[in-house]
Parts: sequence; structure tokens; C-alpha cells
Amino acid sequence: MFAELRRSVVVLAVLTVLTGGLYPLVVTVIARAAFPRQAGGSMIVVDGQAVGSDLIGQPFTRPGYFWGRPSATSPVPYNAAASGGSNLGPTNPDLTRAVAERVEALRKADPDIGPIPADLVTASGSGLDPHVSPAAAEAQVRRVAKARGLPEGRVRELVARHTEGRQLGLLGEPRVNVLRLNRDLDTLNGEGRAP
Amino acid sequence: MTSADLLQLGLYAVALLACVKPLGWYMARVYVGRVPGLEKALGPAEQLVYRLARVDRAAEMTWQRYAAALLGFSFVSVLAVYAVQRLQRVLPLNPEGRPAVSPDSSFNTAVSFATNTNWQGYGGESAMSYFTQMAALTVQNFLSAAAGMAVLVALIRGFARANSPTIGNFWVDLTRGTLYILLPLSLAFALVLTSQGVVQTLSPYQQVRLLEPAADADGNPVTTQAIAVGPAASQVAVKQLGTNGGGFFNANSAHPLENPTPLSNFLQCLAILLIPAALCWTFGEMVGDRRQGWALLAAMTVIFVAMLAVCVWAERRPNPAVAVSGVEQPGGNMEGKETRLGVANTALWATATTAASNGSVNGMHDSFTPLGGLVPLWLMQLGEVVFGGVGSGLYGMLVFAVVAVFLAGLMVGRTPEYLGKKVGAFEVKMASLVVLLPCAMVLVATAAGVLFEDGRKGTANPGPHGFSEILYAASSAANNNGSAFAGLSANTPFYNGLLGVAMLVGRFGVMVPVLALAGSLAARGKVPAGPGTLPTHGPLFVGLLVAVVVVVGALSFFPALALGPVVEHLAAGS
Repeated sequence: MFAELRRSVVVLAVLTVLTGGLYPLVVTVIARAAFPRQAGGSMIVVDGQAVGSDLIGQPFTRPGYFWGRPSATSPVPYNAAASGGSNLGPTNPDLTRAVAERVEALRKADPDIGPIPADLVTASGSGLDPHVSPAAAEAQVRRVAKARGLPEGRVRELVARHTEGRQLGLLGEPRVNVLRLNRDLDTLNGEGRAP
Repeated sequence: MTSADLLQLGLYAVALLACVKPLGWYMARVYVGRVPGLEKALGPAEQLVYRLARVDRAAEMTWQRYAAALLGFSFVSVLAVYAVQRLQRVLPLNPEGRPAVSPDSSFNTAVSFATNTNWQGYGGESAMSYFTQMAALTVQNFLSAAAGMAVLVALIRGFARANSPTIGNFWVDLTRGTLYILLPLSLAFALVLTSQGVVQTLSPYQQVRLLEPAADADGNPVTTQAIAVGPAASQVAVKQLGTNGGGFFNANSAHPLENPTPLSNFLQCLAILLIPAALCWTFGEMVGDRRQGWALLAAMTVIFVAMLAVCVWAERRPNPAVAVSGVEQPGGNMEGKETRLGVANTALWATATTAASNGSVNGMHDSFTPLGGLVPLWLMQLGEVVFGGVGSGLYGMLVFAVVAVFLAGLMVGRTPEYLGKKVGAFEVKMASLVVLLPCAMVLVATAAGVLFEDGRKGTANPGPHGFSEILYAASSAANNNGSAFAGLSANTPFYNGLLGVAMLVGRFGVMVPVLALAGSLAARGKVPAGPGTLPTHGPLFVGLLVAVVVVVGALSFFPALALGPVVEHLAAGS
């Protein structure tokens, strides 16, 4: 009995060093050498300062920016240190209420907004979704263009440039990276006005 | 279902089945033969384990000694994971200064990871230090998976051997499964995942300046965003391959730094079922009749495809609760799902992760439509034998095969046989225990959750969905899955204790009878197949096996399911 427990402790100790020490460290070293940007979190660095990650959404509420998915993280939306979804059940009245509020906010910002794609008014699973569907971006083109005093065509062109298709032409869904799109909107120097 | 959906689901099935033979063959070599290439590289590590632990690799164990070694090792593992969490404040690699985890949460998590459940009452990025994630949780991702495979291999030996008092050596099976199967696959997979953007670093959390400053609930300005990072890729790789499922981050594989692209999603989803499916080939190879492995794989595939179709169909439909005027739902039910992955990939993942005992998620199951959520719930309740966990899925399915031949024997009045072994009273008793214990545990734990105020107040949604949350938690824990209807506030002493016990019963209440079955079968002689023997490799047997699995699951759980998802579906009028 005692011999077997001693054996358990030793086997666990040796395999811990291998799988919990060496293995993650080897992966870290190779990953940093082979894919330094990805391994570090795909950070967007401007003038030596990190201003976001390609993979992590940020909250937007001004009419001159595209808005992303609603985020259910607390205490603030898009809290990238505490990810999570709303976990509202499919028949929960709170879900209907939340969706109605978001529709109202979109309508207030653009009374003539057309059909609203569901991804723009439902919370993502992570609360950090960096993307919206191309339809959700299109629904906001008019509002953004008006707020910035830009021709709609100019904004739509930028959206098209940020639209990614399915990966390898097959996997996943088409999408638009909201932070990347909004950063590029801001760089249209001399065109339009600030959001 | 769109053509793009069908194409992605079809590609998944083809890729999975294509891996069965090569990986299954390789794993059989690991357990019964030699793997010369890798033994050159990792052989010294294997020898080191044996030398330091004084393991005689040629020494065979009876089933009792095998079970004692397994239980002792699991006990020591629970203690180690508990201790690391309680001490993490003073341990290294804690850049965010995480304090000690509470005693009840530490107990729950220690049991959870040592039993291959990976139920998570905590949020990874807000509770655990890098050291805890690596040296406690990643380690158990490997070892609990290897222990599951060891028990399977012992059971296979029970069928393959004749008149043998022993079923193998636990230490050798555990070590070889870890070093030669899980470690090399995880290493390669972790690097592929990093290439897609899964984060892998020991740096502290990154602070970034928000493009548009925001405000918190009290109106205070928020100008920065802290982005949690860490050594995620190394853990995520083995979390998927070992059917563990415990996320590095709270949102699990919905988190963009844990599952950044559709390709990473495809590969992670493939990794869920990769080893469980390939073990069917390993089984056929080791018992000397590959058709037997294919028959089990066919039975699993039939149930899987049917459940997948229901889940995708249900999630693709618009949710009436979201159908506020002006809102269009072309993709289907998007609450709790990620844009890049979409509805079909999330439904596929939900089906795979609960068919297996994985339990990782790439979308929030709590927000699935009532019928979409019923699929993962019921798949867990079937005992996770549809592919199932690494090792645990196939030993569960083999037990169902024993039950199936027993039932067939009753029908024609013959002594049942399976793989040339007579199935006697002892075998049937052990099989019954394996089938019934988790079922009973699910229902008892659900009843406790509903009876006590501490259980009821944890629910986040009103009406039948609140009941579904409790039923889901009990089903997940007692079948060692680990996924959740995550609205349930489960990080309380009540649920940490209740679900901890359910996980222990669901793991060891199954493993010990399986090993007893293995020992009893190994001791029996082989009987040649006669004209009255039921062939167990044809469509007739596959149909019988599917029927047994489905009927046991239906009889045990339809009353409970009717009170939860079924009534919710009917009430929604969707």
C-alpha cells in the first residue's frame, strides 16, 4: 500500500516536470521564435504602444464608428480580463428586452436603418467577438458616413476591404473586423470629420 | 442547412474517419508493441519514470492491483491539484498576483481535472496563475486522459487474453499513453494553433488604450482594456486531444485568443473525437478482428449523425424571443455564438463535445434553443459512449455491447458470448453497475439541486430553463463531461461539493467495475464460435447496440427532459 502510494507520488512528480514544465516551456520557446506576433496575442502596436489586438473587440457607441457585437462581460463590456456570454436562455424575457433596447439604440442613431442582422443585437459567447457579419456592417454604413460627412460609397469601399471570406474558401463565416475597420476610418486624413 | 454548412460538416466527417486507421494502428503499437522512432527520443524519459518510481515494467497486475494503483494515483493527483491552487499566491509564475483559490472551489477543480471532467466553477483568467494552469491543470489534462486509455487497454486485454490472471501494468500503460500518444500530438497541435493566433506567452496581461473611451456603470471613464494572455496554446491542444475540455479562459473556445480562426476551430473540433474514434481501430487490432472495431465505430457514427442533424436544424432556426420588429436572423440563433464560427460550427462542436466527454465549448449552450440544447444534454446522459472520452468512451460502449449480447441471449435462450468470451452473471452485474451508477447519480444530484434552496438560487433563467440548468450540471458532472449551461452560479460550496461527489462517482464508480469486468474476462477461456453465436460485426448487431444505448438513455431520462427542454420548447411555440 505504502509502496504503491510512494510510486504514485514519484510518477506524478516526474510526469509533472515533463508535461507541466518542459512541454509548455518548449511550446512557448518555439512559438515565440516561429510565430512571435500570434504567440504574443496578435497585438496592434502603433508608435511602440499597444492599441488593441486583432482578435479582441473593443466597445464602440459613437455614431461615427461601426459598432460590434453586444458584450455581456462585467463590469464593463469587452472586459478582456473576464470573458463570457450572457447565458440568457432562449425563452428568457430578459433576452427579448435586451434585444429590443439594442434595436432602439440603433434606430435612435439612424432612424432610417433597414433590416438589422441578429448578430448586431445578440451578445457573443466570449463577450470579446472582434467581428460582425458583412450585413451588420452594411446596416451601419449610412450612419457612419453621415456622422463623418463622408460619401457612403467611400465607407462601403472601406468595409469591403475589411471583409474576410470563409477561411480557405470553405471554413467559418464571412466577417468584418470592427476595430481594424474603425482604425482605418480614423486614418482617412482630411476626409470627413472626427467621429 | 445551407450548402456551406453541409460542406463543412462533410469535410469534418471525412477528415475524422480518415484518421481512424493510421492513428488507431499507431496506438495499438504503443500498447502492445514498440514505436522505434519515438522511443529513441522519449525512451530515456520513460526509463526515468520507471527507475525513479521503481516500476518493473514486465510485472503484470491483477485487476485488483490495477484498480488500486489507479485509485491511489488519482487520489495523489487530487491532492496535488488542490495544494497548488491553495498555495498559488506564493508559487512562481503569478504575474497578476492571483490569491489562493477558496477551499471548496479548489476541491471541485482538483476532482474535476483528475477525473477528466474539467467542469469549471472558476474563470481561468480571473482565478488561476500561470503556474496553476501549467503545473496543475495541464498536467492532469495529460494524466487523467492517459488513465482513461489505460483502463480501456486493460479491458481490451480482458477480451484478448485467455485464462490469464492479469490485465497489464497500470504504470506502464499510463506512462506510455502520456509520452507516446498525448505528448507528441499535443506538441505539434499546440504549434499549429499558435500559428492561427492562440496565445502562448508567460508575459503579464497586456494593457491597451481603447480607440473610443468608454464609461463604467457609475459613469467613471474607462480608457484602457486589460487583455488576458498566458500559456494557452499548450493547454488548449491537450484539452482537446485528451477530451478534457477545461478552457484556459472563462469563455473556453469561444474566446478569440483560445480559438481565433475557423481553421483553428475545425482542427480543435476534430481533435475532440480524434483519439476516441481511432481507439475503435486500436481495439479491433488488439482483439485480432478489425471488423469488431468497425462495428462499434459504425454504431457511434449512426447516433452522432442523427443528433448532429437535430442540433444544426434547431440552431439554424430563428429564435422567436429575438424576433423583435426589424431584426433578421438569417444565420439562426446567434445569442452566445461567435461571428467567425457561425451557427453550424457551433452546433457541430456542441454535439461533438458532449458525444465525447470533452466539455469544451465554442458558444454558450445555455443560450441554445430548447431542442438545440437538448441534444448535448441527452448525449451526456447516454453515458458519453458515442465516441466518448479517450478510453472512457470505448470502455463504456464495450459495456453496452456486453449488455446487448446479454439481451440477445435472453431473447433466444442461449448463454451470451462476446468476442469468444462467455458472458456470465458476474459480467452482467458489473455491466449493470457501469450503466446504472451514472444515471442514478445524475437524477439524485438533480433532485438535490431542486430540493435545496442553495441549489435553486443558483439558476440564472426563469421557468423550465432554470431546471434544465440544474439537470445539465448534474448530467455533466456525473458523466465527467464538464460543459455547462453556464448561467448556473456553480462556484458555491453547495454546488462545488455536490458536483465534486458526482464527478467522483461517475469516474470511479464506472472504472472499478470495468476493471473487475476485465479481470473476470481475462480469466475465462475462449469458446469457439458456434452456429448459435450472434455475430457482433454485422449490421444486425450494430442496430441492436444502437437500440440498447438509445433505449436505456430514453427510459432513464425522458421524464426529466420533459420537465426541462421539452416543455420549454412547447411553451415557446417555436
